[in-house]
Order: sequence, then structure tokens, then C-alpha cells
Amino acid sequence: MTSSIHIQPAPVLPNSWHMIRALGGVGVLCSLLIVLTYQWTLPVIERNKAEALARAVYNVLPGATKQVTYQIIEGTLTPLAAPEAGPPTSSGQLVFVGFDADQRLVGVAIEAAGQGFQDVIRLLYGYNPQRQQVIGMEVLESKETPGLGDKIIKDGDFLANFAALDVALSDDGQSLQHTIVAVKAGRKQNAWEIDGITGATISSVAVAEIIQASAGEYLPIVRSQIDALQPPADALQPPSAPIDSESANSPSGSER
Amino acid sequence: MTTIPNNEHSMDTDAFIKGLWRENPVFVQVLGMCPVLAVSNTAMNALAMGLAATFVLIMSSSLVSLLRNVIPKQVRIATFILIIATFVTIVDFVIQAISLDVHKALGAFIALIVVNCMILGRAEAFASKNGLLRSVLDAAGMGLGFTLALLCLGVVREILGSGTLFDVPVLPAQFQTWSITLLPGGGFFTLGLWLLVFASWSERRRKQMAAPQEAD
Repeated sequence: MTSSIHIQPAPVLPNSWHMIRALGGVGVLCSLLIVLTYQWTLPVIERNKAEALARAVYNVLPGATKQVTYQIIEGTLTPLAAPEAGPPTSSGQLVFVGFDADQRLVGVAIEAAGQGFQDVIRLLYGYNPQRQQVIGMEVLESKETPGLGDKIIKDGDFLANFAALDVALSDDGQSLQHTIVAVKAGRKQNAWEIDGITGATISSVAVAEIIQASAGEYLPIVRSQIDALQPPADALQPPSAPIDSESANSPSGSER
Repeated sequence: MTTIPNNEHSMDTDAFIKGLWRENPVFVQVLGMCPVLAVSNTAMNALAMGLAATFVLIMSSSLVSLLRNVIPKQVRIATFILIIATFVTIVDFVIQAISLDVHKALGAFIALIVVNCMILGRAEAFASKNGLLRSVLDAAGMGLGFTLALLCLGVVREILGSGTLFDVPVLPAQFQTWSITLLPGGGFFTLGLWLLVFASWSERRRKQMAAPQEAD
């Protein structure tokens, strides 16, 4: 019974203070760096996001040169005080109203989202109340499979579906006359059908369902209050004819 | 390192050069495969990912090198990860400020730079044992080697998969694009082919180096 088994040198115990000092010091330094970068980049990032959305609004409303943001609060279209003032306080659906150079209403862009193949797809579509058609669509955010599902973003044939997609309201003005559906590529027969993409069936159907759900909910509201939409206040001349007088007087869509 | 450099200067150059070629993090060390396969589907994504990783690598290596004498070895890994995560967060904000499109394309892989073993590997194996200048040179070499490898994959995959290079069409419109090269599976094929090319190059080089010695 000797102590010869303890020939190993006793491990050098770390000084706790040194460890706390190292971790704490590095932690404080890192937090400072992150906060400084965050504060420095935040205005630029917000501006980028606003610009991207504004660009998308003009893309889905061909011909529009000005836009005003409205918000649907409890079924009423309310102008948003100042788009530059920051995000809106309440959580109502935002609609972006586009006007052309002559202050005429071009259409209304609405943001919609829904489940795609991989993750949520966020898109923006333009609605022309006179023609009762979707006149443009742009995917804002998607994580669809590269090379297959992400064709919903760029595929020319698919996007051509949204140049004049029929979203006419039913006679009571409360719902869509036809359900927007995606059909197999090349089988489109009616104006409310969307030619799907071969190899991206789920993504195509998802886009159709997203637009169907959003249009069914918001188009009746937008169309019934279309007179409330005013061009930007900084206009030099008063609006000559905000929308086609015929369709303004018949919000039920009976002129079709 | 088996070679004994003549002086300090050549050691510094060696610290930089070895990451580009002889110890290339992708083609030789086969590190950080997750972003290599996932975001090399276009040349632009590859370049952005490579530069983001290079920035994180250089910044974290310099900070680790500066702090190497005050960090007790028991907590070194935690400290290194903290430092790396900080610079990854910074790079995430900066990319969003520069271009939302690039940020959208890189997606979750920016955040995943934190767990890229190439970066922790350089902090642990090199920066924590060397001075500031050599650590920065080593990090820059490794980062550029990583970028170069990503670009090699990205260029091939974008040309074959979309017929474009940096979004500029390079192949005739009749070319039927190989969508498979844009998918993760195509990433594996392309990486395999590049590894083959790289291995045969180094094999030939090794033989050329060995041949004169045998003649003596």
C-alpha cells in the first residue's frame, strides 16, 4: 500500500476567474459588435425590403406609375397614413393601389401566402377591377425545389397565365364566380384555369390555391369599395376619371 | 508542414498559398460540404457564399489570434464558436443590406457558416497557435481556396443546368438544360468530377516531382 500509483502529476486546476473573464469578455465584445452592425444595417435593410415590394407592385400592375397603400381593417379599405412612417400598427391585410400617369386606377396588388411544396410561398398578384382579372403575379418568397418547383418564379409560360386570369365575382358580389384551379400543362380551356408546370404540379396547384383563397376573401371587399381608392395626394391635376364609369356603377360585375 | 522554409517571409507566403491549392479546404480536406453542395447551383450564389465564409474566416481567425493568450484552453472551443457566430450574424445583416436577392438565394446557409468545420478548424489548428499576420494570411488563403472550389462547382452547374453564367446566357437556346445539375444530386456528381480532376492533377504532379529524384 504505497502511494506509488499516484505518479501522474496532479492536473493543473484551471483558474475559474480566467475562464469567466475570457467567456464574459468575449461575450460582451461580440454583443457590442452585433448590436453596432444591426443598428448600422437596419435602415438599409428596411429600405431594400420596401423597394423590393414597391418594384413587385409595379411588376404585377403593368402601366402603373404611382401607388398608394391601403389597409383592410374590419372589412373597410383605409388609406395608410404615410408609407414611409414605418410598418402599420394594426395587422389588417395591406393592398397596394396602382395608378397610371393620368391618375387612372390601373389595379390593386394584394399580397398572399400559403403552403407550397417545401415551405410557405409568398406572392403578390395584381387585380384589375374593371376587367375583373388578375393581370400579374410575382412570387416574393419561396423555397421550392431549384430547377423544378422554382419554375413558378421565372417560367414564362406559367407566368403568362396571370396576364388575364378571370376572377369575376358572382352576381351577389360576395364570392368568386369560378374556382381558380391549376390544370395539367396545355389543358387550359377556361379563363379561370391555370396551366400547370410539368414537374412542378404541387407548386402550381399551391399558387392557384393561394390566389383562390386570397381573391375569394379580399376581392369582394376591394370591388365594393373601389370608389374609395384615391390617387396619390401629390397629384398636380384632379383625377379625370378614376375608373371606368360603367364598372364603377355596377360593382356586382354584371357587365361581363 | 514537412518543408522547412528558409525564412519568415516564405513561411508567410506558404501560410497563404497552401489553402488555395495544396490544402484546399474542399478538394483536399473535403470540409464544409453542406454549403458546398447546397448553394453552388449558380456561380453568383457560389461567389457570395465563398466571400461570406472568407470574411467570417478572416475576422474570426484574427480575433482568435489576438486573444489566444488570454483564453484558457478549457473554454477555447466555446469562445471560438462565440466569435464565429458573431461574425456570421454580422455577415448575415451585411448581405441583407447589400442585396436581398442574394440573401434569399443563400437562405439558411448563411447561418450555417457557424458550424462549418473549416472555420472552427482554422481557429483551433492555426489561429490559436500563430501570430496575427500569419493567421490572417492562412485564413485568407483557406477562404479564397473555398471560394475557388465553390466557383468551380457553381460555374459547371449553372452552365449545364441553366445555360447561363452569372445570369448571362452562354449556351444556344436549343440546348436542353440538365436540371439535375441544379439539384443536390447534381452537386454530388459535379463535386465527384472535380475531385477526380484534382486528384489526377496532384497525382501527376507527385510523379513529376518524384521522377528526377529517382534519376539521381
